[in-house]
Amino acid sequence: MLTKRIIPCLDVDRGRVVKGTSFVALRDAGDPAEMAALYDREGADELVLLDITASAEDRKTMIEAVRQVSEQVFIPLTVGGGIRTVEDISGMLLAGADKVSLNTAAVQHPQRITEGATRFGSQCIVVAIDAKRVGAGQWNVFTHGGRTATGKDAVAWAREAVDRGAGEILLTSMDEDGQQRGYDLALTRAISEAVTVPVIASGGAGTLEHFYDGLTSGKADAVLAASVFHYGTFRIAQVKEYLAGRGLPVRR
Amino acid sequence: MHATPKIAIINYGAGNLRSVEKAFEKIGHPALVTADAQVVAAADAVVLPGVGAARGTVDGLAARRLVDVIARTIARGTPFFGVCIGMQVLFQRSEEGHADCLGTLAGTVRKLPPGQKVPHMGWNQVEFAGSHPLFSGIPNRSNFYFVHSYYADPQDAAIVAGWTDYGIRFCSVAARGSLVATQFHPEKSGGVGLQIYANFVREVVGAATSPRHAV
Repeated sequence: MLTKRIIPCLDVDRGRVVKGTSFVALRDAGDPAEMAALYDREGADELVLLDITASAEDRKTMIEAVRQVSEQVFIPLTVGGGIRTVEDISGMLLAGADKVSLNTAAVQHPQRITEGATRFGSQCIVVAIDAKRVGAGQWNVFTHGGRTATGKDAVAWAREAVDRGAGEILLTSMDEDGQQRGYDLALTRAISEAVTVPVIASGGAGTLEHFYDGLTSGKADAVLAASVFHYGTFRIAQVKEYLAGRGLPVRR
Repeated sequence: MHATPKIAIINYGAGNLRSVEKAFEKIGHPALVTADAQVVAAADAVVLPGVGAARGTVDGLAARRLVDVIARTIARGTPFFGVCIGMQVLFQRSEEGHADCLGTLAGTVRKLPPGQKVPHMGWNQVEFAGSHPLFSGIPNRSNFYFVHSYYADPQDAAIVAGWTDYGIRFCSVAARGSLVATQFHPEKSGGVGLQIYANFVREVVGAATSPRHAV
């Protein structure tokens, strides 16, 4: 049986992991490769590296970070943030990423999804959607880290992204992100039921039950979290033990 | 002691061969990534990695004049490892783009049935169909990382070395003599994945290159 994936996300700024500083076991909690190796040892099923660097010059350091992580860790690695062109995608894959996630670029140039999928295969094109509630059962897509409203319906955009070749959807609720009140289950379920590809739920995990709810009520195939892992609120193994105890298939 | 085996990873223009290369580095058997048919022919073991689509892979191999050398290498009994699409193209044909494949193994590559998310993406169990040396030291039903929308359906059930369930029960590991192939990605399957590659080098390549077994 296919297991449910638990995915920690590392926010990387100028080649350094930001947030997580509570890992006393690490010599350098800011080193992406060390953090990645730790999460791997703890049972992470995949890793997401999100480049939050503001300036284009600093993006080269992201390539180096991806290279170092992929030398250390032999689980799937998704890289997102600032990826705009097919050359950007190629650069990340050559550095060792298995998938890239497109967000703003996919909305601005939807053909980028198809170009990437045709050249490298759908399996490595993840479309990241930042969605915000605009009414009952309705969510719109935001870009540029949530600053720009697009007016696009999130469910329709998810369908379109998959039609254009996306192999996976990384769905973040902007309403719940950072709130630790749980994933937006209605949003997650709406997207998951609308598309045929796997959906990763993101934004809002604060308790063990939230992970369970995202995977069951939300019908997500995978759950992503940053803060609760970075700050050591939960260990990955602990999340898996909890989920297994409630009857969900997880890799242990 | 005999010399370190020369392992060739076939480069047919696909995306991330680096991860396979790095996995062999990690287990202490650096491999050479090559598109050169002569290098492939001279290798002690050959790995055909895979991402992307069947037709693109077959076309990529044909464009680099690698199809014949693969067939000869396998026919000669040189240890060979096909990964994901690199497994699928060894069969006769694929429903993906109705591609004619290499035909080394009898059977068809079919689309995963509807009713589940496709691609089949994530960690799933492999149930060993017997005790193949590739699985040495690995617990039965261990989880491996899969990413695929099509699966191999071999004509001869005897070549199935491992099964996986995803809507249907499909052949996730095939083996015939010194030829092995996995639908999952060992290079992305953590410790058990690296163990698969290490077993391939030690058990399959080791057996084939050992003087005791030389014909």
